[in-house]
Amino acid sequence: MFGNLTLEAFQHDFVQTMAVMGGVVNGVLLIALITYLKKWKWLWNEWITTVDHKKIGIMYIVVVLIMFLKGFADAMLMRIQQATAAGATHPFLGSEHFQEIFSAHGATMIFFVAMGFMFGIMNLIIPLQIGARDVAFPFLNAVSFWLFTAGGMLILISLAVGHFSVSGWLSYPPLSGVEYSPNEGVDYWAWSIQISGIGSTFSGINFLVTILKMRCPGMTLMKMPIFVWSSLCAMVLVIFAFPILTATVGMLMLDRYLGMHFFTAGGGGNPMLYFNLIWAWGHPEVYILILPAFGIFSEVVPTFSEKRLFGYASMVWAMIVIAVLSFLVWLHHFFTMGASPNVNAFFGIMTMLVAIPTGVKIFNWLFTKYRGKVHFTSPMLWFFSFVLNFSVAGMTGILLAAPPVDFQVHNSLFLVAHFHGMVIGGVLFGFFAGFTYWFPKYTGFFIDERLNRMAFFCWFAGLLLAFMPLYMLGFMGATRRLDHYDPSTGWQPLFIIAALGGVIIFFGALIQFLGLFWSIYKRKENRDTTGGNPWNGRTLEWATHSPPPIYNFAFIPTVNQLDPLWADNPPKEEKREYQDIHLPEDTPVAFYIGTLCMILGFAFTWQIHWLGILCFAGILGLIIAHLSEKEKHMTITAEEVRKIEESYTKRQQTA
Amino acid sequence: MKESTKPIYNKLVISGIILIIILLMQPLEVYIFLKDIVILFPKGFIGLEQRNLLILIQALMLLFIVPIYILTFVFSWWYRADNDKSEYDPHLVDHKIAEFVWWGLPFVMTVLVCIITYFKTHELDPYKPIVSDKKTMEIEAVALQWRWLFIYPEEQIATINYIQFPKDTPIRFKITADAPMNAFWIPRLGGMIYAMPGMTTQLNLIADETGEFRGSSANISGTGFADMTFVAKASTQEEYDEWVASVKQSDQSLDIPVYREIAKPSEDTSVQLYQLKEDDLFHEIVMKFMKPESKI
Repeated sequence: MFGNLTLEAFQHDFVQTMAVMGGVVNGVLLIALITYLKKWKWLWNEWITTVDHKKIGIMYIVVVLIMFLKGFADAMLMRIQQATAAGATHPFLGSEHFQEIFSAHGATMIFFVAMGFMFGIMNLIIPLQIGARDVAFPFLNAVSFWLFTAGGMLILISLAVGHFSVSGWLSYPPLSGVEYSPNEGVDYWAWSIQISGIGSTFSGINFLVTILKMRCPGMTLMKMPIFVWSSLCAMVLVIFAFPILTATVGMLMLDRYLGMHFFTAGGGGNPMLYFNLIWAWGHPEVYILILPAFGIFSEVVPTFSEKRLFGYASMVWAMIVIAVLSFLVWLHHFFTMGASPNVNAFFGIMTMLVAIPTGVKIFNWLFTKYRGKVHFTSPMLWFFSFVLNFSVAGMTGILLAAPPVDFQVHNSLFLVAHFHGMVIGGVLFGFFAGFTYWFPKYTGFFIDERLNRMAFFCWFAGLLLAFMPLYMLGFMGATRRLDHYDPSTGWQPLFIIAALGGVIIFFGALIQFLGLFWSIYKRKENRDTTGGNPWNGRTLEWATHSPPPIYNFAFIPTVNQLDPLWADNPPKEEKREYQDIHLPEDTPVAFYIGTLCMILGFAFTWQIHWLGILCFAGILGLIIAHLSEKEKHMTITAEEVRKIEESYTKRQQTA
Repeated sequence: MKESTKPIYNKLVISGIILIIILLMQPLEVYIFLKDIVILFPKGFIGLEQRNLLILIQALMLLFIVPIYILTFVFSWWYRADNDKSEYDPHLVDHKIAEFVWWGLPFVMTVLVCIITYFKTHELDPYKPIVSDKKTMEIEAVALQWRWLFIYPEEQIATINYIQFPKDTPIRFKITADAPMNAFWIPRLGGMIYAMPGMTTQLNLIADETGEFRGSSANISGTGFADMTFVAKASTQEEYDEWVASVKQSDQSLDIPVYREIAKPSEDTSVQLYQLKEDDLFHEIVMKFMKPESKI
């Protein structure tokens, strides 16, 4: 009846039990609060059933915040463990629990924080920047979001029921095979990656089509805002890379469930195949994350330098080159596998070539500031620390790309410091910059600048303090993922410094959270009274109101050049009549599909086959039913549009 | 533009100071932890070459990073919005020569590093035998759950979590695993290579000095992974010969049934010394996954 699920699955050690209890209490409080405020109907009608890209974007960011809490708690536990575990016979966490935590940390942060944050920002901004009313496939967009959420929830469930994977965030076989990991951990990992990965593929297709087909009249490819270009490159990568992930994890699942031998050590299987396949997805994945961050900085720097982006065409080509190269470098993740020197040298050289377009981008940003008027707003501060951290991490990346050097620092904490410098210093800081920069656009009020700056300085100092010692630890021969180590190695002082850095980052994140809630609480005082363009932005999203009305633009704009809002000779505005606007109708089907996928993942993880098959049939039925229906639209009449537009004008006048 | 910024230059100065302190901390760290920084102070030829390449590439990269750092601070500072003295030229958004320079310079530099990498990759290929007037010694390493088994095929001995070899003698490690994947790493002597079940990888190392070096597994392989460390002792030839003679007298011997016992998952990491009673043990371990009728 319940497959492998027994009462034992609910028993955990002290730390985990506390975490589970905390989660349950918070969940109950949240439900009670919603019930008390009688907000269930509002939640259902306005959010859960929505297909509006702006609301989906905000929901992405809410889920990301929750997953970030989990991932960050994991990170802090790891830092505490490693700072205290010199020669410990009874360390703070047992080795299995520790391994669960670093596996969950990696999977959570990459798949459910970085990816979610990226799709969140893209949902919020891309249709506005290209002057569209919604994405190309609004229903598919909602399905993507709910699949993403379903995957994230599976990871959260694994905290309370059973155990998560202990084989690292990419679950290398044969360790992740059924022979060495017989219990449910790897299945949790695999199902959450599969479900959210399929969602990501859908999103990739959706945004690619949106960008290619839904641009407003006059916006040719080379007149697109640079963030749209960066997203276009990233989405091409998503479409090529994510199917590889789905297929690879699919084969791993076949190995585990049906006893096949794709990646097993014996029976004709080959674990090296998995390495090649997973990194053929994994390396493009890193660029999928960093390209939109580059795009965000390319929007932020010109705006706060009061100068257009230096070398737009060269920036675009640099991104295209990076996107192409990203598929030619995967082997640098395992130089140590013993390939011939020619193979290793080829992939090392390809990796180093990535430095060229990246260097060009950094110079172009710096020369955007040159002869500009630089404003030190918090998005600009994030850019500032991005350049400093990213150049160091890039430099260590070149070191890692040289195979002989890589032999010495591979799988050491040097590597850990390198990719955290990239992912925090590059990706996360980029998304923070974008989050702050566009916050007044999609909410209509500002985020508290003073608190945001405090958070920035905590993150900046904390990042340096937490990861600089790791470079040194790598040089001292410290491998990653150690739950304890011998005191004679002399590593402990540096681990303690790194833990202190972690604490400072914790305060940074705390201040950010508080700043967010404080800004929401003080939203009346912080209101954007400039009619939607507080920073004197130059792209189309600043041409509409803040927050944008449901139809984004009352009139679809026309552009005749790059940076239309800074145009020297803007096209004349004609007095136009409001017209009826057709928008897709809200539907709960996407939510149902997501929920069923989550239950399906849970059921198969615990081998409750009847439930899994039932869910699968349900999903299939829902899809068929939804696709057989005639597409429904809701119409906003010209009269309603006029009323909405006037209400914005009135609101601005009273402010 | 909404001028919501109070001057924050003092804070930027503070972060600059933090940055400088952290950068200054690095030489200090090197000084304090001198004896523990195994990769920067290797004791073997291979490690030394790898270290030198690391420093060379690092130095070349600094030629770029330092100007970027300086430009970041100078441009942000000099072109700040409230500096009346700085020029403002909103139309300077394209400059062919400038862009040619920063496509060209990184290109030249990267090509230079690529050429170095190409030749060094061939020179430091872990499979390439080390040229020496002494005969190359062979040690076979097997990653188990969760300890290392070392087989000396010529000397007919085997050890667990301990190896000894003479200095200045090239050593060829043949590596496999009877466990999930591991990586064989003696940081003082040189880089790592993966240990994979059903496959053999090779690593050539040499020790220039005597001493006891820490070896470990560098790839997560399950519960006991953190304790998968071993001691690699480089001694003089005489000491080594004595040690081999003493191991040959060991009362423990290693054959297939004993191997089956030690291959079981265990967190016992104590050093064991065996006489080798099975000639083809390493080959049998590799072939375990390949043919069903393997002895193991």
